[in-house]
Amino acid sequence: MKLIRTLMAAATALAVTAFVAPSFAADDPGPAAYAQALKGKRVMLVPLAMGFDLAQGWAHYLKKEVDAWGGTFETRDPNWVVDAGAQAITDAISSDTRPDVLIIHAPDLNSYSKLMKKAQAAGTYVLLVDNPANFPADAFVGSDWDRLGQLEAEAAIKGCGENSSKKIGLVQGDQANSSSLYQYAGIMKVLDKHPDFKVVAKPDSNWDATTSRNVTTTMLQQNPDICSIIDFWDGDATGASAAIRDAKLDGKVFLVTTGGGEKAADCDKLQDGTYGAVVMTDLAHQSGDMNAIIKFLLQSGQPAGTSHTYIYTLEKATTKADLKPDSCWDLKALQAEAAAK
Amino acid sequence: MNTIGWPNFRSLNQEGIVFAIAVVLFVAAAIGLPGFIDPNNLVAIVRSVSVLGILALGMAVVIIGRGIDLSAVAIMAMSVAWYLQLLNTGTSDGLAFAYVLAGVLAIGLLNGFLVAYADVPAIFVTLATGSFVFGYVRSQLITQDAVPVPQGHWVELLGGLRFLDIPIEVFVFAGLAFLFFLFLRYTKWGRYIYFAGDNPVAARNIGIPVRPMLVLRYVLSAFVAVIAGLLTAASLHSINTRVVNSTLLYDIVLVAVIGGIGLSGGRGGVRNVLVGAALIGILLNAMTIIDIPLLYQNLIKAAILLGAIIVDGILNPRDEQTAQQGDI
Repeated sequence: MKLIRTLMAAATALAVTAFVAPSFAADDPGPAAYAQALKGKRVMLVPLAMGFDLAQGWAHYLKKEVDAWGGTFETRDPNWVVDAGAQAITDAISSDTRPDVLIIHAPDLNSYSKLMKKAQAAGTYVLLVDNPANFPADAFVGSDWDRLGQLEAEAAIKGCGENSSKKIGLVQGDQANSSSLYQYAGIMKVLDKHPDFKVVAKPDSNWDATTSRNVTTTMLQQNPDICSIIDFWDGDATGASAAIRDAKLDGKVFLVTTGGGEKAADCDKLQDGTYGAVVMTDLAHQSGDMNAIIKFLLQSGQPAGTSHTYIYTLEKATTKADLKPDSCWDLKALQAEAAAK
Repeated sequence: MNTIGWPNFRSLNQEGIVFAIAVVLFVAAAIGLPGFIDPNNLVAIVRSVSVLGILALGMAVVIIGRGIDLSAVAIMAMSVAWYLQLLNTGTSDGLAFAYVLAGVLAIGLLNGFLVAYADVPAIFVTLATGSFVFGYVRSQLITQDAVPVPQGHWVELLGGLRFLDIPIEVFVFAGLAFLFFLFLRYTKWGRYIYFAGDNPVAARNIGIPVRPMLVLRYVLSAFVAVIAGLLTAASLHSINTRVVNSTLLYDIVLVAVIGGIGLSGGRGGVRNVLVGAALIGILLNAMTIIDIPLLYQNLIKAAILLGAIIVDGILNPRDEQTAQQGDI
């Protein structure tokens, strides 16, 4: 029995080496073309800063893919300073190792427009992520902030309920960042359709948690019967939540915010009731979209600056009730994974 | 001489002007804005400027001694961020705290040493050490802009502490203000700071240890910054190092200068900090109640700072005999 099996295996092996080598069966042209178009290409990510969950998540998923197809992935950390970001982009464009794809997280609508144009002229594809800008990039991947604002407003209205005071407070980001401006527009669109709901105050936090706490404290002091507050970012909503906690209004004020869907920043806080609802960006899918468009552009043969695609990420308002184990991604786990390598 | 009739406008100093503005604003807000005079709102006003006021106390002592500490906000955020990071990665509390205090002491000493013994202008030294502290801690010691307080840790419990429904920051601010008052008014070294700030060379000639005292002031300012950082983390249950890029540093200088502490040194005290903090607190609270957008709030704040500096320049002219290159 054993002998026969060994013989048969040997025969098969022989047959395989004899036939397969010159045959056309494995000649799928895809992998070779793919490898040829992508190998050695450079991708660079310039976020607002590398120190927060979204940027670290993107970098993780992008690097994994780029490494897999034999490219080089780099990041630059402007640390929230617009000038430093501009410098990083300028250096990247003029360096010998000019990136083939530049992924830019724009700080506002206009700052980097000229630089992005320069990058495209040099032959670099420009991807805008998360924050839209007044510039026809090769692709925009991120949230439809208007839609996101609408989801927040709907969550707030639902959180308030029919028998509430119907008073809503907003803690905006600032008056320059597109994510803040469009989010506000979206919220107001929904509230216009619900005229019984009123915005009682709409201060700015300047994305700072202490400022968010102070303005929320004042807001609650003036309107103790507010039923919901929408804070424009989970990065500073910790301040709004502190103000609610200090005013002993936990459970009475439904706090809605938006974030990158990181576990400690969003899901844990939904779980413990700090946030009532969070409109979360599905970061893994968003990064997947970026990876797909990068692979497409590099193979397309299309010159940089000739395609204008918008790829909006699917957004969803998550509450404690529909929290699932996979609702969030875990930055600590990703960092541990990166450290283990 | 001037007991009846018009007040003596000549004797009206900046502190008096700012105090009057604060009172006028307070009365106007109390009448015009519903809910402003509510005790809870008044507590909220004091609380909103507590951390700012604590930092301004440290800054005041440095400025009175004819210096400035631009590293205060970096030390505040980065020391506490590092402390929390150490806790989150399993370092024992005592050890983590000891590391952080040692680091803060080192930076305070470095600031003081470079200003006192290397004769580098304070504005450059502290600007550089501030950037260094931020850059080093951010890149080498912590992984994220925002570092959370571990659940159930004493810093978190500190944030929930209330006496008579008043948050702990208010008491810490009041306590520190009193201690600084005692230090500046009744201790020998406290009085020496005024001499050294008014005329460093003369102070040195009469035997005051000008240089060691200078070092002490920067160390003091650094430790005050740590207290402010701990209180911030206590309230927010995390510390976000982005605050280093914010306007907080200028707000601290604003509070000190607007209250009437002359940037040329030798003048002012704790009372000036309290007056400056009161004006800023009332102003910000009223502007938030009226719902003025942040852009305009910053504009108004900046205009007031500019006005205060101009008034400061007129009331406290530079002493040509003792002014040095690099003084501010």
